[in-house]
Parts: sequence; structure tokens; C-alpha cells
Amino acid sequence: MRERDTTGISLASKDGFLLKLELLSDPKLLFVVRGALERLTEVFGFSPPDRRSVTRAVDEALTNIMRHCYKGRTDQPIELCCSRVPPRSSEQADGLEILLCDQGPAIDPAKLRGRRLDEIKPGGLGLHFIRQSMDTVEYRRVGTINQFRLVKYLQPSTQLHTP
Amino acid sequence: MQISARFSDSTTIFDVTGDIDLANSPEIRKALLREVREKRTPRVVMNLSNVRYIDSSGVASLVEGLKASRDLNLRFILFGLSASAREVLQLSRLLKIFEVYDNEDQALSS
Repeated sequence: MRERDTTGISLASKDGFLLKLELLSDPKLLFVVRGALERLTEVFGFSPPDRRSVTRAVDEALTNIMRHCYKGRTDQPIELCCSRVPPRSSEQADGLEILLCDQGPAIDPAKLRGRRLDEIKPGGLGLHFIRQSMDTVEYRRVGTINQFRLVKYLQPSTQLHTP
Repeated sequence: MQISARFSDSTTIFDVTGDIDLANSPEIRKALLREVREKRTPRVVMNLSNVRYIDSSGVASLVEGLKASRDLNLRFILFGLSASAREVLQLSRLLKIFEVYDNEDQALSS
């Protein structure tokens, strides 16, 4: 069953979210989302470096949505849903899946590769940070919605909490 | 985020407090480029001791400050990097590009 929020963005397709946030594309809210992700990743059982990695990846993905999908408009809807996902193999631990959805124009996947790092220049680092920080980074277009899927798996020895 | 400046004859120290992200990195960039390109201060020092988080737009602002300084043969120095700030500079392979010190004394005596 799909859920529909007050902004008309219809994104969620399953139950069992650990955390669901609906926000406007205002950069001032990035600080708020980082705070929520820092707490969630701590409760989930990530190590401090992995907490920073997940928070950084989500922050950079939201920044890209605000800058590139919504072209700096601060009144557009973004939805963030966090869920627990099973391990990829029996030797691994659970993961945290973050789905980020926006209603901006479709993205050319070729532009999601990020730039090379052998040149010292500003810009183009966000995608690199995301890919370095997460185990899975996927993009797909679902109807009129851009959906970014990020997953980070727990290290087996750090899976302590079961929220 | 708050940014303030301390001035001496040849050095400006920017004290930054709070997170640097898309909401405020343009302010950092503007302050840095004014100090380097307009004032041509010989040594610009960024105190990041009270900065917990820097995103890619913040790193881009620091890179612009560094490049502008190099273009004019001026010095651009960072000190007091948090674990998060150090990580993003490592991820972007920029940690060795910047002149980085642990604290203000080291930065000013360099």
C-alpha cells in the first residue's frame, strides 16, 4: 500500500520504517537531518566512523537534490525513509537503507559518476563522498519521482541494538 | 555557523563555529576570497577547532581559498580539524594539499 503525504509526493511503498522524514528543500534543514541521522545510526549500532559516513552520505545526497534537482528552490518536497534491511550473506550483519525521494526532473545516470580526484578544484566532491561512504548507491526513476537508495551494512561485531 | 576574524599586520585568523554546509558555505567563500583577493593578506588562517562538520560545498570553499592564495603567492593555513573534517579532506585527497596544523600556536609559528 502506498502512502501519500500532504505535499502530494507519493513515495513510500512498504511498512516498517525506522525513521521517516518529510522536509522542504531548504539547506537550513540539513543540520536538522544530520542530527536525526547521527542519533539513528548510533541507536542502530554503527561505529562512530560509520555513523559519520552515513550522515555525510545522506547530507551530500540531500545537498545534490537541493542544488541540482530543485535548482536551489527552497519550497520543494523531499522524503527520507530509513529501514533495516537483511544482510547480503549469512556472514554479514543487517544494514540501514535510506531512500531519498524528490520530484525534480529525471537525472542522467551518466552524471552520477562523480569527477576524478587527481585535479585540485572546487566542486564535484559530493558524489565521491557518497560512494566512498556507503556500501550501495542506486538511482532510479519511479514515475515522476527520483529515488536514491543508499545502504550501509553493520560490521558483524557491532550489531548490538535491535530497534 | 558563525565566522569572525582576528587581524594582525600580516595575518588574519578566521574563527569558525558550527557546521559548514550548503546553507552557509557561500559566506565562508566570500570571506576567504575577500581576504585573499581584495586585501591580499599574506597569511590567512582558518581556525576549525569548533567546526564539527564540513560538507563538500565547504571543502570547495576552502579549495577556492587555497587556489586564490597560491595564485597570489600567499599562505592559506588550516588548524584544529575535527575527525569529520579530517575525513572529508582525506576522502577528497586534499589533506596533503592544505597546510594543516593541530593548533593555533603551531599554525602561527610555522
